[in-house]
Amino acid sequence: MTTTATKTIPAGIAGQSSYSSIWKKILMAVTGISFMGFVAGHMIGNLQLFQGQEKLNDYAELLHHLGGLLWIVRGTLLIFLAIHVWTGIRLYFQNWSARPISYKRQESIETGLTSKTMIWSGLGILLYVVYHLLHFTFVVTNPEYAGLTDAAGRLDVYSMVILGFQNYLISGVYIVAMLALAFHINHALPSFFQTLGLNRPSVRPWLKRLGTLAALLFFFGYCSMPAAVLLNIIKLPGGGN
Amino acid sequence: MNLTLYVWRQKNASDKGKMERYDARDISSHMSFLEMLDVVNEDLTEKGIEPIAFDHDCREGICGMCSLMINGIAHGPEPGTTVCQLHMRHFKDGDSIYIEPWRARAFPVIKDLIVDRSAFERIQHAGGFISINTGGAPDANALPIAKKKADLAMDAAACIGCGACVASCPNASAMLFVSAKVTQFANLPQGRIEAAERVQKMVAQMDLEGFGNCTNHYECEAVCPKEINIRFIGQMNREFMKAKTGLG
Amino acid sequence: MTLDAKIPSGPLAEKWEKHKFEMKLVNPANKRKYSIIVVGSGLAGGSAAASLAELGYNVMCFCYQDSPRRAHSIAAQGGINASKNYQNDGDSTYRLFYDTIKGGDFRSREANVYRLAEVSANIIDQCVAQGVPFAREYGGLLDNRSFGGAQVSRTFYARGQTGQQLLLGAYSALCRQIGKGQVKMFNRAEMLDLVVVDGRTCGIVVRDMINGKVSSYAADAVVLATGGYSNVFYLSTMAKGCNVTAAYRAYKKGALFANPCYTQIHPTCIPVSGDYQSKLTLMSESLRNDGRIWVPKSADDKRAPGDIPEGDRDYYLERKYPSFGNLAPRDISSRSAKEACDEGRGVGETGLGVYLDFADAIGRLGENVIRERYGNLFHMYEKITGENPYKAPMRIYPALHYTMGGLWVDYNLESNLPGLFVLGEANFSDHGANRLGASALMQGLADGYFVAPYTMGNWLARAGVSEVKADHAEFKKAETDVTGRTKKLLAINGKRTVDSFHRELGLIMWENCGMARNEAGLKKALEQIPKLREEFWQNVLVPGENEELNQSLERAGRVADYLEFGEVVCQDALTRTESCGGHFREESQTKEGEAMRDDKHFTHVSAWEFKGVGKAPELHKEQLKFENVELATRSYK
Repeated sequence: MTTTATKTIPAGIAGQSSYSSIWKKILMAVTGISFMGFVAGHMIGNLQLFQGQEKLNDYAELLHHLGGLLWIVRGTLLIFLAIHVWTGIRLYFQNWSARPISYKRQESIETGLTSKTMIWSGLGILLYVVYHLLHFTFVVTNPEYAGLTDAAGRLDVYSMVILGFQNYLISGVYIVAMLALAFHINHALPSFFQTLGLNRPSVRPWLKRLGTLAALLFFFGYCSMPAAVLLNIIKLPGGGN
Repeated sequence: MNLTLYVWRQKNASDKGKMERYDARDISSHMSFLEMLDVVNEDLTEKGIEPIAFDHDCREGICGMCSLMINGIAHGPEPGTTVCQLHMRHFKDGDSIYIEPWRARAFPVIKDLIVDRSAFERIQHAGGFISINTGGAPDANALPIAKKKADLAMDAAACIGCGACVASCPNASAMLFVSAKVTQFANLPQGRIEAAERVQKMVAQMDLEGFGNCTNHYECEAVCPKEINIRFIGQMNREFMKAKTGLG
Repeated sequence: MTLDAKIPSGPLAEKWEKHKFEMKLVNPANKRKYSIIVVGSGLAGGSAAASLAELGYNVMCFCYQDSPRRAHSIAAQGGINASKNYQNDGDSTYRLFYDTIKGGDFRSREANVYRLAEVSANIIDQCVAQGVPFAREYGGLLDNRSFGGAQVSRTFYARGQTGQQLLLGAYSALCRQIGKGQVKMFNRAEMLDLVVVDGRTCGIVVRDMINGKVSSYAADAVVLATGGYSNVFYLSTMAKGCNVTAAYRAYKKGALFANPCYTQIHPTCIPVSGDYQSKLTLMSESLRNDGRIWVPKSADDKRAPGDIPEGDRDYYLERKYPSFGNLAPRDISSRSAKEACDEGRGVGETGLGVYLDFADAIGRLGENVIRERYGNLFHMYEKITGENPYKAPMRIYPALHYTMGGLWVDYNLESNLPGLFVLGEANFSDHGANRLGASALMQGLADGYFVAPYTMGNWLARAGVSEVKADHAEFKKAETDVTGRTKKLLAINGKRTVDSFHRELGLIMWENCGMARNEAGLKKALEQIPKLREEFWQNVLVPGENEELNQSLERAGRVADYLEFGEVVCQDALTRTESCGGHFREESQTKEGEAMRDDKHFTHVSAWEFKGVGKAPELHKEQLKFENVELATRSYK
């Protein structure tokens, strides 16, 4: 019956002691928003697919010539990814253990599908990113792409993309991954503003719409590429298959 | 009306506990939910079954003592309402009602539907105050405070500390409660002096108690009987950042 | 026994200053040698515990709730009075003093009330400094309103939740001291006995409500701030847990109980809807500013309110009190409602209600203005009754709300038991026979922040550190008594639940000692209560065990005390054959049916001494001397 001034819970129980719950939120928000910047840039770059082989391969070439800057960006993203994933997984386990006995019945009034599934959409994206890097960057999954070059002797990213998307399985996985991305962003973007205290009642509905809009934009933006390939709107150079 | 209740029964903190089924007969739609439980308890007592223990006190929606999860929603289906102000007219004859205690690691069950919310107390002890002694306060009007700011502080101060935010949060996070206290003071000039220290201490204690983390579901706000806005969580985060970076 | 109120000599306005100077002080280095027990954590207890701890005393604070923040002070809506005169409308310490004395129908001590008015201004300063978000004007200064018919605007408020905000302020001060270790807080702990050794109050015996463990706590002084006893009437606006047990156990140990018959009934509560009713809900009196109160002229008129034409309605307050109309004081308004219902003209399913009609006001001002003024109250009414007060008139009925009576204390707020201090609603001191709106919060905080911290020092400095520790034989004896009583309650194993006894007692009290009292009714109650008590001790059914959280057992203990205490209330009401304030004796009224005081015989405090269960308590009188105000008769015609 006594409430003493402090009760020290062993750090291990909730695992909260190393850095505070609010730091975790802020880390998620800051690293998350940088990924969103990357995903947006990446999409705009890739959409040059619609402008033809020349344009896209030019762009790829440009990126490869950034040299040191490219590595700085890659390094930063990798560190951020590690932080985001590690913190996200910790959050999941801590939150899961914060309610050891679950309700027999629990309803959600406000909690949405996308906010509840952040861990799963996040892990989905992570798996996809790994696959994606193996596919295009390290050319492990489809080694036949390794030597592809265009007329100018550059790496023929354009053809790699089309060849990839012509495979129903690869396109299917891609679309599912983009769905996960859309789910993630739908909750993540408004959360970013809330976490940093940039939310207020008057802008809240707009932030929510902004999240959905961004999610849709990314989903349709990215999916337009496999769709165009599968619908034969975009074809391999020379019209061949 | 007649109802079927499924109620969590647990003899004490170490008991495992289980759901029990009870019939509530001849319930009037004018009764409050707690009066319905009173009637059931009178009936159980007369039958030699130990009545259901549940916390309650003022029964007018302000003390924050009552704390029931009704059909999976903290304080039941009516928004902006504590259990004691929830009336049976919101239920239908023949309904089944699940009644469970708040569930969180930081709120262990004491008995049946009663939980130990002393974690909230300790968070307040850590810094939920302005450090002034009795006596010696300057004239109340010596410090004008903009109405807007005072109203905002009042919005936050309306929290009754019932714990529904924790109970409903998928993560059992206490951020809405803590932020209400932090921002009540942070929005007032007399509370600014200790703002940085306060937010750090209260958040540290909150984390120690084993609450989950906020992941912005906003379920807390949806069930809060006083409709405390989640903007205060945002403000608390900002206060926290300011405090940690020394930019406040 | 002679009751010495220890009122300092000298002019009224200088008494407190003079007394503060004359009181002995405890050396700052010695304060840590003293320990103080505070029972109750509401406005009075919470503020006292925090302030005493700030001074350096070791404080132990006990409350039956799971947190001090839940004490029933939290439910006060309207506001807190203070003679700040911020509105430049002629308020002053003297005016607040006079209004309070007059409001109390000249049955309170001048010196106490003057001090209350004097420190009222400090309370507001203190609360603002603590961060209490009082309502403000656009210029940033504090807003005030006029409350309960006062002629000046001296009420400070925080929306409709002033009590909550003030309590949270006191609680925050308490938290700070708990955090520092200066206050040891005991939640879910119920005081079940007071221990007095060689005439000095030495401590209390407490039951841990989670595991049933009974323990003793010794200290150099004990402060009771345990609130009022309205729940002796079963239905009241008090919290379910509010009880008289702590105060009553002190009474049984020799503390005098003063003016128990002074109970306040609030006219604008939501009516009872059925037998299952567990408590009553108050709506702010401000509703009477725009609502008109009426009942049908004929008892046979069972039409819906909207179908009753103007000609068939009786706006009885406007008819009987043309100048005050619907704003007639609480007691008059309450009694008139009861009269109308007794005549069979009450409305609603139970016939215990009158209409409070806003149709005129809505017609005159528009629904929006009414919504702005009373939106939250209308919302609350609709939530509870399921009826829309914008469309149909509200139904209201009076309910027990506040108890002015309490343990007798002197000017120092110390009871006749040395070392036992009583603060807030638990004492009897400041409101006389009737309390003004927005004065309860003021008194609780005045006692806790600004009176007890001074007078406590004076007592400790004179009495020194107590030698009695918690292992003293008296403590052991009290523990045995408490345990024995608990065992007895659990062993009866009868047929009737605790609540059924409580309801029956409440009904006896309400019928015979409620809004209007008469000799025959009171005598009847004094016969019925002992019989009910006897049945209780033979036939009550208390399930469960002691060694666990057992809410039935908690209630049983409290009801057992009410079953004795009810008699004291009725005895006091029977003895006071005059009408004054909240106490209306039907035998003492004017030809027009107005309350008639009997200043010749009753200008005194009735303080009752316990003489044994079932035995009539002994009456001690403290004469009230009015040196500054002239005794006047109220008139609201």
